[in-house]
Amino acid sequence: MIEFHLDARSGVSPYMQLIQQVRHALRLGVLREGDRLPTVKEVVARIAINPNTVSKAYRELEYEGLVQARPGLGTFVTRTLAADAESHRPLRHDLERWLAGARAAGLDDESIEALFVSAFRAFQEARP
Amino acid sequence: MTAALETRNLTKRYGRRTALSDCTLTVPAGRVVGLVGPNGAGKSTLLQLACGLLTPSDGDIRVLGERPLGGSPRVAFVAQDTPVYPGFTIAEHLRLGARLNPSWDAGYAERRIAALGLDPAQRAGALSGGQRAQLALTVAAAKRPELLILDEPVAALDPLARRGFLQALMELTAESEVSVIMSSHLIADLERTCDHLIVLRDSAVTVAADVDDLLATHHRLTGRRQDPAALSGGRAVIDQRHTGVQSTLVVRSTAPIDDPGWQVDRLDLEDIVLAYLTEGPR
Repeated sequence: MIEFHLDARSGVSPYMQLIQQVRHALRLGVLREGDRLPTVKEVVARIAINPNTVSKAYRELEYEGLVQARPGLGTFVTRTLAADAESHRPLRHDLERWLAGARAAGLDDESIEALFVSAFRAFQEARP
Repeated sequence: MTAALETRNLTKRYGRRTALSDCTLTVPAGRVVGLVGPNGAGKSTLLQLACGLLTPSDGDIRVLGERPLGGSPRVAFVAQDTPVYPGFTIAEHLRLGARLNPSWDAGYAERRIAALGLDPAQRAGALSGGQRAQLALTVAAAKRPELLILDEPVAALDPLARRGFLQALMELTAESEVSVIMSSHLIADLERTCDHLIVLRDSAVTVAADVDDLLATHHRLTGRRQDPAALSGGRAVIDQRHTGVQSTLVVRSTAPIDDPGWQVDRLDLEDIVLAYLTEGPR
């Protein structure tokens, strides 16, 4: 069972934070197929969040095919994302090479992060 | 579905002072709605009108489709600072609630008090602030109302008691169909507990929208000093600040902003509300 948390200052809506935390747990293999997510009431009682927000996040995860709600039983993981880590290896390798290049060009940590975030945002917004 | 609260041109005057002017809004049912605004913006007046504790000077108000009536079993109200009777014990509060409310759920009230670890024989005056707030919430919720109205319920509580209160309130909304309207200055609390937000300013509604929509459509733009009129259509500038070299805007836009001249950042709900409260005089 995973536990959710909320970052109030992130600007990411609580609903999206819950979705990201489930995806993250799936990627890391913390959640596996057949695992049960906490019930809406459990989440609400733990982190004082609007129950509609939790339901909405679970519906979105169901729509993505990651979980399935079984009436009266709970919401269960149907697919894991942990295998993806293996297929990401070449991408990670490319990124590490890029990072080495950025460092060699004299960029410090903050400049590297700013460059990445700015390029990533531009990419996201060009292709919504 | 009948709205939890609906007002049209609602106005309340105290003598020459106008506490609420020409307020038109619809609060959907089955939601948790946050009400924010500076002191004196009209929040308490609006909530007391909704409870039937005040009568409008002008305009129309409907609560659950009806004209509000003080003491309605369909509406429960927790006033500012969650008042209880200090000389009464917890058990006496519950007995009083049962006497006054035909829809009283005694089993629920007793379970809640037990779950909180409170002794029913204890006088309310001896309770901590957090425990008093929990007692007031229990009494209001045991009425099994269709609409629960709370006026700054957590303002005086320490962070731990505040979290406990909000957990109890969210549990209540998870297990019943109750609609909630809650005023607060603590916007971070509202961001997690509310799905709809109403901002009052100068006794009128400035913005009313779903929290997810507010977060998704508002952006902070930072760039070289420039005229915000240069932004393309469909974007509303909510707030703008300029220095000699830099412009900072808060913009509402449903479409993504891909202008390379601006750095675009997310805003949390507090920043969004502040932008609406600090924009130039209306």
